Amino acid sequence: MSDRSLVSRLMQHDLGSRIFIGVLLLVGLGMPLAHLLLPESSFLHPSTYTLSLVGKYMTYALLAISIDLIWGYCGILSLGHTAFFALGGYAMGMYLMRQIGTRGVYGDPVLPDFMVFLSWESLPWYWQGMDMFWFAMLMVLLVPGLLALVFGWLAFRSRVAGVYFSIITQALTFALMLAFFRNEMGFGGNNGLTDFKDILGYDLQATGTRIGLFMVTALALGLGYLACRWIVGSRFGRVVTAIRDGEGRARFIGYRVEHYKLWLFVFSGVLAGIAGALYVPQVGIINPGEFAPLNAIEAVVWVVVGGRGTLYGAVLGAVLVNYMKTYFTVAWPEAWLYALGTLFVVVTLFLPRGVVGLLEKLRRQKA
Amino acid sequence: MNIIMARLPLTGSIIALLCYLMWWPMQAQADEEGMPEAGMPDEWVQEVVTDEFADMLAELATASFPRKVELVNTLQLRGWPGVRDALAGLLEGELYFSQEEQPEGIRVYVVSGREGDFTLLDPVTQQTEQREALSGLRRITTNNPLRRNLRGAVARFDLLDESPAVRRQAVAELRRGLDSDAILLLRERLVTETHRGVTRDIEVALALYDLESSDAEVRLTALEVLSGELGNDVYNRVQRLLATDASGEPLEPDAAVRHMASLAIDRIEQRRSFFGFLETLFFGLSFGSVLVLAAIGLAITFGVMGVINMAHGELIMIGAYTSYVVQLLMPNHIGVAILVAVPAAFMVSGLVGVLIERGVVRFLYGRPLETLLATFGISLILQQLVRTVFSPLNRQVQTPDWMSGLLRFNDVFAITYNRLYILIFMFIVFALLWLVMHRTSLGLKVRAVSQNRAMARAMGVRSDRIDALTFGLGSGIAGVAGVALSLLTNVGPNMGQAYIIDSFMVVVFGGVGNLWGTLIGGMSLGLGTKLVEPHVGAVMAKILMLVFIILFIQKRKQGLFPQKGRSAEGH
Amino acid sequence: MKLPRSLEAFADRSQVFDLVNPAVRSPKLDVSHGTILYLEDITVSFDGFRALNDLTLYVAPGELRCIIGANGAGKTTMMDVITGKTRPDSGTAFFGQSIDLLRLSEPEIAQAGIGRKFQKPTVFPEHTVFENLELAMAGDRRAWKMLCARLTSEQHDRIDEVLALIGLAAQRQAPAGSLSHGQKQWLEIGMLLMQRPALLLVDEPVAGMTPQETERTAELLVSLAGQHTVVVVEHDMDFVRSIARTVTVLHEGSVLAEGNMADVQADPRVVEVYLGEPA
Ligand SMILES: Nc1ncnc2c1ncn2[C@@H]1O[C@H](COP(=O)(O)OP(=O)(O)OP(=O)(O)O)[C@@H](O)[C@H]1O
Ligand SMILES: [Mg+2]
Repeated sequence: MSDRSLVSRLMQHDLGSRIFIGVLLLVGLGMPLAHLLLPESSFLHPSTYTLSLVGKYMTYALLAISIDLIWGYCGILSLGHTAFFALGGYAMGMYLMRQIGTRGVYGDPVLPDFMVFLSWESLPWYWQGMDMFWFAMLMVLLVPGLLALVFGWLAFRSRVAGVYFSIITQALTFALMLAFFRNEMGFGGNNGLTDFKDILGYDLQATGTRIGLFMVTALALGLGYLACRWIVGSRFGRVVTAIRDGEGRARFIGYRVEHYKLWLFVFSGVLAGIAGALYVPQVGIINPGEFAPLNAIEAVVWVVVGGRGTLYGAVLGAVLVNYMKTYFTVAWPEAWLYALGTLFVVVTLFLPRGVVGLLEKLRRQKA
Repeated sequence: MNIIMARLPLTGSIIALLCYLMWWPMQAQADEEGMPEAGMPDEWVQEVVTDEFADMLAELATASFPRKVELVNTLQLRGWPGVRDALAGLLEGELYFSQEEQPEGIRVYVVSGREGDFTLLDPVTQQTEQREALSGLRRITTNNPLRRNLRGAVARFDLLDESPAVRRQAVAELRRGLDSDAILLLRERLVTETHRGVTRDIEVALALYDLESSDAEVRLTALEVLSGELGNDVYNRVQRLLATDASGEPLEPDAAVRHMASLAIDRIEQRRSFFGFLETLFFGLSFGSVLVLAAIGLAITFGVMGVINMAHGELIMIGAYTSYVVQLLMPNHIGVAILVAVPAAFMVSGLVGVLIERGVVRFLYGRPLETLLATFGISLILQQLVRTVFSPLNRQVQTPDWMSGLLRFNDVFAITYNRLYILIFMFIVFALLWLVMHRTSLGLKVRAVSQNRAMARAMGVRSDRIDALTFGLGSGIAGVAGVALSLLTNVGPNMGQAYIIDSFMVVVFGGVGNLWGTLIGGMSLGLGTKLVEPHVGAVMAKILMLVFIILFIQKRKQGLFPQKGRSAEGH
Repeated sequence: MKLPRSLEAFADRSQVFDLVNPAVRSPKLDVSHGTILYLEDITVSFDGFRALNDLTLYVAPGELRCIIGANGAGKTTMMDVITGKTRPDSGTAFFGQSIDLLRLSEPEIAQAGIGRKFQKPTVFPEHTVFENLELAMAGDRRAWKMLCARLTSEQHDRIDEVLALIGLAAQRQAPAGSLSHGQKQWLEIGMLLMQRPALLLVDEPVAGMTPQETERTAELLVSLAGQHTVVVVEHDMDFVRSIARTVTVLHEGSVLAEGNMADVQADPRVVEVYLGEPA
């Protein structure tokens, strides 16, 4: 019962959080149930397509939360968060790749197809152990976390901040993208990793597996959200916000600003990595395009649209913008970039606090 | 120049190197003038020979190939004026004959020009006429042995030409198929030749021939001449001396010659790698100039105004498309179009820049991260706009004639003119921009506003107008850069994205708010990238450059040339 | 009213509050030689301009030292050097016998026991007054400790006490950004008190305060001296006169005169460069 009390304490005086957790419970349990129980003809029956779409949105939402955590609460704008997302995704992709076994086109029991194609003799060292689920999951956490640790340590220690930080994170993800495009890197080059067959022995195409992945994603999103909520609600969170508002002042009352920023950044990177790892089995592919700086900025815009510094705003923004994207790319693909571009401009100019800010204002006006 | 050199040793050396590279071909040209050649036949001969010449040409038109060879040999011995024209025309496939019922019978012309505008030259009378079409004319055919013969024949003529460049060309031509006739000719020419370059070329040709000699002494002397010579034919020929046959026996029987040959190869390789290095350096400078061009507009908007303009790449793209459109509008004047495109691109991109500033950026001063996002949105809109208006496909901007071609120093080192011009163009743009920023009242006001907005405003500077103008200036320069880049790469909707990260890297690396920093930063990044590229490949070089900058900023976050003063430090 | 009473209690030197005692944080602070702050031959230059020029200054433990000097004399720069914000070109700065300030980072200096109130009040505008004090509270500042840190009732009381002392009890839940200039000054002083530093650097504390508040500040600073060492920079001469024991006059980056108020005021050089007209 202490868990319940912790959760309810986290959401005290926090309508947004309560709504979010409510909706997440509804979606995370309701959609799979509806999919299984309702007849296909029913209006409320979600198709497998809808399920995986919503699952994908949820991984995006988790990415958005990780960005909001550092940007909204600590003022660190990372334009390279897709790097962590993609690294998490690649770690998962490597596991899935090794599960293919002899079912690949070339039927090599160990080497993935693209390595056979490049006529590699043996598995590179960094592919070792990735056939073990636990090890791969460890890498999902470790690789993005380590990158965030090293990069953050370098950057924060020498007090690179503001737009400088944003620009070098962008350079980071750009450099990684270029690197992963190279065949010699051993990550499938241009095509990335794909043609996955199963995860933990369950067929990835099977309805049961899809529902399982969906529910795991919902759970991860919920837990990630609560963890962030806990962090920002703790005194650590207050120090972090203090650093955002007055970095120098925080130093002069004795806080080692670099450490706070670093740990927050690492946690955020790990969160993004988890999001990437959940994304890959649901969409069935990971390629270097995921590193693209454009994606990173797009993810930042989800947060702006939803309203930064609230966490649930980030979730709302991620879902809203991606729903728009899905809609546009089907209905009117040429207009999508116009819409996205206009969204960037309009939101920064007129809605600095995002949709959540707008709703709050309306609520206050009513009251 | 002296001040610059004293202050900035690196710029100094870059400029010095540039001056040197530009001086070189000029020097060569200067050498080529002067020394008119004697040996043209006198006026009176013409009268007598016309008939014989015309008859031989008429026969040539329809003769069998072996007979053609004979005729060519006779013609070249006669040496009438017009013979060279005819032979060269035959070689190039430009010699035509008419079969109209004319009193004189068959007539032969050298044809030049293109459909609708042909020029016909009668080699015998040296008279020209214009024609719209080539009806009634037939090309005189050639085959390989004949062409080989012709090449030698034309070269023999050219060996007597006034211009040393033509003579060198002729020697090079003869070198391709050295026979005893050619050697005789070259020996003869060597006696009267006064131009150093031509003399050297002839000596090399003779030495190449001497390598075939059965006398080891002769081969040795020849090798001495050839040592360090850069021509590909020389390298291959000397290399052959070191080869072995199937049983492992050296092809060259004499050990002393073999030793000498290997020394010569060493020297040649040394010089080749030196020129290879020069070439890499030039590629580096050229890439650096591209980086500087792309970044320099950003040095204004980001460096001076502190505005993060993510649409900067798209302003470059707009400049490139302007250059494309201007060419479309002036299809017959490609050479001029590119010059018109420069101010046009400045205006178009500058205007777009002013619109962006007035419409969006001005509401976001002091909120850099928001500016970044808003201008990124604008960049997406601009990209899509270009896709809608022009199509998502890449467009090609034609390189004008005066910018195409190679500036060839020797067989291993040549520079493309367009890269050279863009390098020079970059320096011009930089110099102009520097003058604007440091020698005009606009520049003064811009710097005043960037340092202390409130104070500048209090002193009567209309800061919002200055903001718009500055942003316009930076954007216009981006457009101008776009024109230059359109000559190097395809023009497409995504081209801006390719430059934005590089541009930011250059500005940040050079030190924000410092034009010199951008110049030095861009040039050294360009050089650095191209110097490592041969060892690790292009993509890896790029990655290394990014990683290097990321690490560099950790160490010196203010860049190479930090801005000083209280304002630079924040609180 | 609660406030005057606690202030009274504060001024009562017979009773020593726990909160006024310096938190023993750094066992290294060693004042056995009777000096807590050593600044020797400190030179700081910005683009060739010497903001501090061979400045030498010693402060004894428990002292209340006033520093005066014309605008641009280098007072704030001196505090920047002590707190690690600006690194001098040359010279030495020691805190006690053994702590070399020039080798420590800002947070390390703060943790070693030097607190600072800035000339321009800097509080955390989005945090409530209460949270500002909580953030400044002495204690372990390691990141992971903060995740589970909860206020003990003692700490709670201490914050309440300081809140009352600085007169902001009614605004405890108000965001600090909404306070008036004077209230922000008080909040900064409150934060300084929460830090319980051994050495307090106070830059122009009474700018923007009413005469009554100025008086209260004077009393507070005087009461702090003894247990703490206080260095005050102030332009308000009446205020300085009311609290000063030793006064140091800074001029163009070095010490021009030092002594008690009367002597300093009588010094013709001081009169000339700072006080302007003859006293
Ligand atoms: N970061 C800096 N860059 C350049 N100059 C500086 C910097 N910091 C201080 N200065 C200069 O050093 C001198 C001393 O400044 P300081 O702020 O220490 O004066 P002060 O004595 O505190 O003055 P005031 O009474 O006005 O607060 C001033 O002339 C100031 O312009
Ligand atoms: Mg001051």
